[in-house]
Amino acid sequence: MRGLLYILTALGVFGLAFWAYRENYATQQVLSETRSLQGQIGEAQVRLSVLRAEWAYLNRPDRLLELAEINFTRLGLLPLRPDQFGRVDEVSYPPDPLLDITNVIEVTGVEGQNP
Amino acid sequence: MIRTPLRPLARILPARAKGENPDAIERENIRRRHEEMQTKARARAESRLLVMGLSFLCAFVVIGGRMAMMATSEPYEPLSNVSGAVIANQRADIVDREGRILATNFETHSLYAQPPLMVDPVEAAKGLVKIFPDLDEKRLIQDFTGKRKFLWIKKRISPEQKQAVHDLGDPGLLFGPREMRLYPNGKLAAHVLGGASFGKEGVSSAEVIGVAGVEKQFDTYLRDPANGDKPLRLSLDLTVQAAMERVLYGGMRLMDAKGAAGILMDVHTGEVIAVSSLPSFDPNDRPRAPIEGEEPGDSPLFNRAVQGVYELGSTFKIFAAAQAMDLGLMNPETMVDIRGPLKWGKFRIKDFRNYGSALSLTKVIVKSSNIGTARIAQQIGAKRQKEFLAALGMFDPTPFEIVEASGSQPLLPPQWSELSAMTISYGHGISTSPMHLAAGYAAIANGGHYVSPTVLKQDGPQLGPRVMSAASANAANKMLRKVVSEGTASFGEVPGYAVGGKTGTADKPKPRGGYYEDKVIATFASIFPAHDPKYVVIVTLDEPEVYTLGETRRTAGWTAVPVAAELIRRVAPLLGLRPQLEPGQAGGVTLTSN
Repeated sequence: MRGLLYILTALGVFGLAFWAYRENYATQQVLSETRSLQGQIGEAQVRLSVLRAEWAYLNRPDRLLELAEINFTRLGLLPLRPDQFGRVDEVSYPPDPLLDITNVIEVTGVEGQNP
Repeated sequence: MIRTPLRPLARILPARAKGENPDAIERENIRRRHEEMQTKARARAESRLLVMGLSFLCAFVVIGGRMAMMATSEPYEPLSNVSGAVIANQRADIVDREGRILATNFETHSLYAQPPLMVDPVEAAKGLVKIFPDLDEKRLIQDFTGKRKFLWIKKRISPEQKQAVHDLGDPGLLFGPREMRLYPNGKLAAHVLGGASFGKEGVSSAEVIGVAGVEKQFDTYLRDPANGDKPLRLSLDLTVQAAMERVLYGGMRLMDAKGAAGILMDVHTGEVIAVSSLPSFDPNDRPRAPIEGEEPGDSPLFNRAVQGVYELGSTFKIFAAAQAMDLGLMNPETMVDIRGPLKWGKFRIKDFRNYGSALSLTKVIVKSSNIGTARIAQQIGAKRQKEFLAALGMFDPTPFEIVEASGSQPLLPPQWSELSAMTISYGHGISTSPMHLAAGYAAIANGGHYVSPTVLKQDGPQLGPRVMSAASANAANKMLRKVVSEGTASFGEVPGYAVGGKTGTADKPKPRGGYYEDKVIATFASIFPAHDPKYVVIVTLDEPEVYTLGETRRTAGWTAVPVAAELIRRVAPLLGLRPQLEPGQAGGVTLTSN
């Protein structure tokens, strides 16, 4: 009886040791994954901030003004003027669509068949 | 265990035979037994103490060792707790009221050399000079071949330059990462932003510190790592600011002025939507500060809108009129004696033209009569005038949050005599910055509350203490409107926006006393729309001059007013203000009787 208990305990210790060993490696694996992810996030952040800075640089008012002037013939952009405000009731709605023509009745004959 | 009996017969019997007390033997035995027990217990306690001492020693050694290890190890980020995707910038961004970037960080590199590692110092120096023409070749060769172990070559280089240096292939030329401050909009709002530079520098990083403007004012906030992802939101509007700078620049060129300043301020919140001072500079490449002997006011770094204190002339007249109405001394129709010249001791107050003998209070403002305003000031008295101007914040540096604002201490007369009161009523003898004037006009425009100008975005109105009654503020607004519709600022009319305002032309003081004949500061302080004011616009031109209709004109009505009108025409639609008919004005309808 006692022998069996010893064997079972030893097996239990083996099992636990194996489990701890696996957990240890799994943790290390996860940690290294986290590290690389954090690194990637960091790089992405840097890239994002560079992109944001570039976006702001490309959209700076000086450049937009120059572009508007260069493309004036094509776009005709001018500074906003007070008289460009409109009222909602000045907006024309699209006309109601024509009713579908169904059940066509021919009212004229084909040319040349006239009596 | 063998127990020794307490009363061993072998000893008791002979003792009894001798007539001794056998109890003595028993006590003796008990004593011995106790002695034995004591010795045993002591040994046990000693061993226990030893074990405990050892375990404590072990614990202390472990803790001490761990502490020493932690103290000497490099710190690293805890990986297991997910702190979100926030990787803090070294310095928080600055954005405008809509969240558009005004200042951000950019990764670049610095270039340094370690001459002991160099393979061919002379060749490296020659290569470097080819890449950076501003370097001195002789000096470099001397540094590289001398005793120096380390030297900085460039604090900031572009990626292209970095590649070029890399291609030189010398192991002694090394790069350090640098985060630099970038202002993508160039000169835009340069005076507000200020600029940044490097503080303490190391090979792997450098401190970025603000040197002027909001960068310096809010340096602690911007540098706090906890605010890395919380940008500083200013009240400026990028588009409006750009439009203002463009209009102001055009106006400055057209009017041949030396400098110009413009302020656009929300009258209810005190938010400054746009503020500009020309000439300007690029904060990415901040020019050096003026050295001893140079006029600081001529440096592009000088902020005319906030730092510059000027006598702003007749723009101050409306304060006298508003106060007279607030005190109940006058109403807009009260007649004021304007017969001149008004003599006060040796001093004579004159008008620009002769306007007759008496004008109503409204007309005094509309015609801009110095004599009339001086008479009003006489009625108000020096003490009450002083209190009123103090309530409008004219005595302290403006609370506008840039670091230069502390230098805007207004210049006041040493003694506030009655003569000072009279000259100050028309804006002479007191020097304030245009920002002070904007705050004063905002108080009139918003119905009588002081608002402090701010560069930070606010939520909702920030009305301060009441400085005048709503009725007198309203009446003052109507007067300002009349100045534009029928007075000295007729060029300020912008259809649909009911501009009201007051012109001011002040002779520039000479550095050694007295005033220039032909140099003026022309100011137009305006509010719009006058029937329900939302914004204050201040335009100041330094030494403007324009040749129109056969003569050279310098007065604000011919110089600052047209610029301000163009400014309002440009920015009002950008602010989302729809042009509207003034109440009481029948648009395009001529009333006739039959």
